[in-house]
Amino acid sequence: MGRLDNKVAVITGAASGMGRATAIRFAAEGAAIVVADLNQEGGESTVRQCRENGARAVFQKTDVASEADVKAMIARAVSEFGRLDITYNNAGLVGALGPLEEVTVEEWDRTQAVLLRGVFLGIKHSIAPMRQAGGGSIISTASIAGMRGGFGPHPYSAAKAGVINLTQCAAVEFAKDRIRVNCICPGGIDTPIMGRRASESSGAEAQAHAQPLQRIGQPEDIANMALFLASDESEWITGTSMLVDGGFMARAHSFGRMTTATWANFKGYVGPSFEIKS
Amino acid sequence: MGRLDNKVAVITGAASGMGRATAIRFAGEGAAIVIADLNQEGGEAAVRECRENGGRAVFQKTDVADEAQVKAAIARAVSEFGRLDITYNNAGLGGALGPIENTTVENWDRTFAVLLRSVFLGIKHSVPEMRKVGGGSIISTASIAGILGAAGPLVYSVAKCGVIHLTRCAAVELGKDRIRVNCICPGGINTPLLHKHIPGGEEATRQLLQNIQPIPKVGDGDDIAGMALYLASDDSQWVTGTAMVVDGGFVARGSFLGGPSVFDVPTRWSGPSFEKD
Repeated sequence: MGRLDNKVAVITGAASGMGRATAIRFAAEGAAIVVADLNQEGGESTVRQCRENGARAVFQKTDVASEADVKAMIARAVSEFGRLDITYNNAGLVGALGPLEEVTVEEWDRTQAVLLRGVFLGIKHSIAPMRQAGGGSIISTASIAGMRGGFGPHPYSAAKAGVINLTQCAAVEFAKDRIRVNCICPGGIDTPIMGRRASESSGAEAQAHAQPLQRIGQPEDIANMALFLASDESEWITGTSMLVDGGFMARAHSFGRMTTATWANFKGYVGPSFEIKS
Repeated sequence: MGRLDNKVAVITGAASGMGRATAIRFAGEGAAIVIADLNQEGGEAAVRECRENGGRAVFQKTDVADEAQVKAAIARAVSEFGRLDITYNNAGLGGALGPIENTTVENWDRTFAVLLRSVFLGIKHSVPEMRKVGGGSIISTASIAGILGAAGPLVYSVAKCGVIHLTRCAAVELGKDRIRVNCICPGGINTPLLHKHIPGGEEATRQLLQNIQPIPKVGDGDDIAGMALYLASDDSQWVTGTAMVVDGGFVARGSFLGGPSVFDVPTRWSGPSFEKD
């Protein structure tokens, strides 16, 4: 008996990293999954892994910044599996880097479109089918970068702070419909968002010690929390931002001097992880 | 296969409310439990319910404000079940009620002893045993009253805020030993600690509390037990130093109560739920 038996989930950014780990975990707990991503190759590989875990899964090519794409993604869950219970707005990118005075409006807007408009759209289009199903659970990936300054690129951090507050507002609005809205604030997770996994970089040892538990987070750590929030065990939980960060936020000054100044030293715009050629 | 197979847990305040619901849930997931409480009758009933749920359980009479008794509760886990993996510092009371100018030093101290010294003691005496088994999970009951002002009695709220911060500090200190320290911030849960004060008891409390949070339902012990199970299990092995809010959306909404705090009540002492004040 799975913890998500008979539930249908849409997961964005499920072609890699946290989204993929969550899709595989949900599949093993009995859910049917729409794997939504721009990355077709990775998405189809996730679908195969979900099926190997005994679940139904389909790939839906989705740009989360496009309303038409998000609408089609939600519709796919209903046409394919008959209902929608869980939406996990997880797709992300690093977006605009560099000192704020050099960030262009175009880079700013593209970053916000993927990270914050994407979550708005995911919530907006989930409401109708979840109401029909008598309730649901919406989860989004926020970040520890959305809780303080200097833990991530600045436009990224501002967008993630927006995700945390949008979560609270939507939770208050939809509680009467039994639709719960929560987000997860991951710390440093070993995903390819910067083109390669942190564990493969030269600073892996230092990164492990940035958190009290002395290891980098794995996508499965996020998948486990997403499972809790998706399941009926959390039916009285809404509007929260759940920290999964190895203790990073409990400690002051983990990076020491490597905070705001360092993030501003990177330049440019970083798109989806599968587009990065490193 | 249970989510806590082969694990041993001590749960304080397990004779009623959230502690008892958690004990039963843990037992159903394969854990062996030390039910620690001052309330012998409720504690023995909890032991029976754990056993009916397939778990091993024993009762240990414990005043969590007393260092010797907390030490004995931890020692009981080891003597009875051979190890300690999970400590849930949950025992609590309402403590000193009423305006601050009428609050006596004695009642301030007694409230802090049960709500905050107890968590310190629970952590302190769990550490050596958890180190021996290569790690562990310590959970404490804080409160949304420790996050927001005037969401609980004054002294209670300050103590619960202390629990949240003690959780962070201990998490940083014990991370290297793979001992995780987290707390849960419940909202308005319908447990004896609350409904013993409300004329009409459990049902009247349900009516009173069901609309104070966005989700139009009163929380119950099982809602907290679900979060405690997540924090106790290996699913949360990269989670430490957190204060997990389980409140039906209460904290997410900027304002609800509007007027004066519902905790503007006459000066008195509110002891353990099973005792008459």
